[in-house]
Amino acid sequence: MQKMMQDRARELLSSGKVDRVLGWIEGDFVYDVTPHVFRENDIDQLIYHSFASQNLSKYLVGETKKDGVIAVFLRPCDSYSFVQLLKEHRFDREKVYAIAIPCLGKVDAEDLRAMGIRGITGVTDGKERIILHTLYGDVEKEKSEVIAERCRKCRGVHAPYFDERLGEELTKEPLTDRFEMVEKLEKMTAEERFAFWQDELSRCIRCNACRNVCPACTCEKCVFDNAASGIENKAPASSFEEQNFHIIRAFHVAGRCTDCGQCSRVCPQGIPLHLLNRKFIKDINSCYGEYRAGADLEEKAPLNRFDVDDCEPGDVVGKGE
Amino acid sequence: MKKIQLSLLPKLLSAIAAKKALYLPVDGKAGADYKRYEEGDTLSRACRTNRSAKDFFFPQVEDMAAFRVEGKKIEIIDTRKENEDFVIFGVRACDVRSFDILDRVFLADPVDTFYENRRQHATVVSLACDAPEETCFCRQFDILAEDPAGDVAAWIVGDEMYFKAKTEKGKKLLSSLDVLLADGDSAPVEKEKKHLEAIQHKLPISEFNKEHFKPEDLMEHFNDPAWAELSEACLGCGTCTFVCPTCQCFDIRDFKTNDGVLRYRCWDSCMYSDFTKMAAENPRHTQLERFRQRFMHKLVYYPANNDGIYGCVGCGRCLAKCPISMNIVKVVKKIGGKKA
Amino acid sequence: MQVNEEKFEPTIVAFCCNWCSYAGADLSGTNRLQYPANVKIIRVPCSCRVNPMFILRAFQRGADGVILCGCHPGDCHYTTGNYFTRRRMTLLFSMLEFLGIEKERTRLEWVSAAEGAKFAATMNDFVATVTKLGKNRRLEDLRCKK
Repeated sequence: MQKMMQDRARELLSSGKVDRVLGWIEGDFVYDVTPHVFRENDIDQLIYHSFASQNLSKYLVGETKKDGVIAVFLRPCDSYSFVQLLKEHRFDREKVYAIAIPCLGKVDAEDLRAMGIRGITGVTDGKERIILHTLYGDVEKEKSEVIAERCRKCRGVHAPYFDERLGEELTKEPLTDRFEMVEKLEKMTAEERFAFWQDELSRCIRCNACRNVCPACTCEKCVFDNAASGIENKAPASSFEEQNFHIIRAFHVAGRCTDCGQCSRVCPQGIPLHLLNRKFIKDINSCYGEYRAGADLEEKAPLNRFDVDDCEPGDVVGKGE
Repeated sequence: MKKIQLSLLPKLLSAIAAKKALYLPVDGKAGADYKRYEEGDTLSRACRTNRSAKDFFFPQVEDMAAFRVEGKKIEIIDTRKENEDFVIFGVRACDVRSFDILDRVFLADPVDTFYENRRQHATVVSLACDAPEETCFCRQFDILAEDPAGDVAAWIVGDEMYFKAKTEKGKKLLSSLDVLLADGDSAPVEKEKKHLEAIQHKLPISEFNKEHFKPEDLMEHFNDPAWAELSEACLGCGTCTFVCPTCQCFDIRDFKTNDGVLRYRCWDSCMYSDFTKMAAENPRHTQLERFRQRFMHKLVYYPANNDGIYGCVGCGRCLAKCPISMNIVKVVKKIGGKKA
Repeated sequence: MQVNEEKFEPTIVAFCCNWCSYAGADLSGTNRLQYPANVKIIRVPCSCRVNPMFILRAFQRGADGVILCGCHPGDCHYTTGNYFTRRRMTLLFSMLEFLGIEKERTRLEWVSAAEGAKFAATMNDFVATVTKLGKNRRLEDLRCKK
């Protein structure tokens, strides 16, 4: 796949169809992957494997402000972010050449560390199995054992708004029901839920990584950075601020979140932030009909439309217990 | 040199905790972190905690003063709390070095009395690293992970833990625990040190030539075109600065309470768009400038003002935590490498 | 302390739409209908002016319960504002509950300009509910406490 991507990128660059290519580059370690804008001279360094985890869509907001056309590789989850950004007119479609690529699920080095797999130096990807080369020998694992939480729910299907497809679409059965944990929490008592979230959110260091990586968070100036907003803050100065930030962050992307899971991936404190987003997705689906952000360019977002006979808050709140 | 059976470590910990507040790294849901000791807690053997140990002296949020307003009168309230004596147990060599780096900032004139107060009340028990991560590179900054600094240094050798007091404070701590500790021979520790040093030499991050970062080359590094490429994927989040044991920037802010104002300081990050924002605007307009500031500070500005000591301790947290895996190692290779 | 607990008087913030609920509150006043003085009314041009941060901010600043009142669905002065309010608040209240905040602390009610009696009854009921719950501890900001 990686070879195919490099070849195609080189072709596109040399034919002049695109001026730059947005992809992933590897650093000192195989999991040390950074998004990178390639040109003809460094396209050989483009990589694609289980550790190419970053969602590239958001970079298009900045990249399309520059001259020239940029090609971008979109995994299935990224393609939904791509459409969502397009729908919100956040980038210039004319300046983007979108290439859909298949994905076998991503692996996070932090997860592997927690499993005791250390000193990773390389990886060999297979469809079902993955071989991790480490300083202490090879470790072979079932893919389903090691892939990241965000990838377990994946069906492998792209949103249909790309310019070309490279490789085949690998449709697959999700390994988990994505609402499982949300439902489990809903069934708890309010006290238990409160304790659960206090434990999680109290670890927050307000580094803003969840916000800055989110492909739905593209405000030029975030309300939390705006001194005039009255709620600006830089630190979790009280337990209220911790809750406030995460409620508002999730609310601001409600109905626009594509559930790409980047927020939880980047959290240096390991807070399961995607659960907040999924709670909104679950409520939206059950109250206003199934909706998938980024699946369709025309359909209005659930918070931008209404029905006269929508349910009342009282019909929904407290029904989980 | 003193020693104790590892099986008796819980006893030792509760003996310390009986006299002073005790903090130690404990394995949690998402990796190890420091916490206040409670009966039953076990020392994490992880080489790196999520958050660094700077929190003990330079907490993320700290109240500085409060103002109560009544009519036309403003009352200034000192919110400073007297700190209790505390012990941090099991700090790794990199984090211990970070205290020196912070000292040079906070204890330089004018002395930061909040910081100073905490430093005076703390006793640091360091612990030698027996299983470094592949992201560790403290040796590149001449830190000896096998022989950490601190008030007391500790080694785990087999099923015994050895202690060596390195300061007066450390001696006091060890003598207060005399009943539990046996006299130890230094030979096993010396042997262990050799063994641990050998592990250090196997770590992958070794070609790390930072010698080019000299104050006199400031402008050359500052204008290096490679910054553009390095910073192009930066998200502008504060992860690297907040997990970093040596990042010491803070902001002082006022929070309007219901009857006055609470003045507090909190960590700030040079990666943020509103960092050092002045009346007119932020002096660094683009992420490139902000990104460059962080690394220039650690590799050029800080050493220029502090006898050539770099503002990085090679703990590897930014390597493990950056959402886009951009870090100081990549910067050093790209920016410093050309002159080599 | 115990005496205080018994006498607990909650602070309630009521966001009222200018066109219906605020007029409803007025009417209940002119009709001399009683509702507790704990209710602090904040007039907003439309219920959909209230963004989630207003609600959270009220809790931060010491509210024990927050109620949002707007025109009945279909009667919005701006035609559709309250329909959007309804969706937003459904999601927000559900999220607060998901975080373990007592669900009785938040409420959305439709009160028209003619429903002075409903306004008073709603407020009486809401104050009683929140009084029973006690102080807001889960969404408080200790810095705002004296």
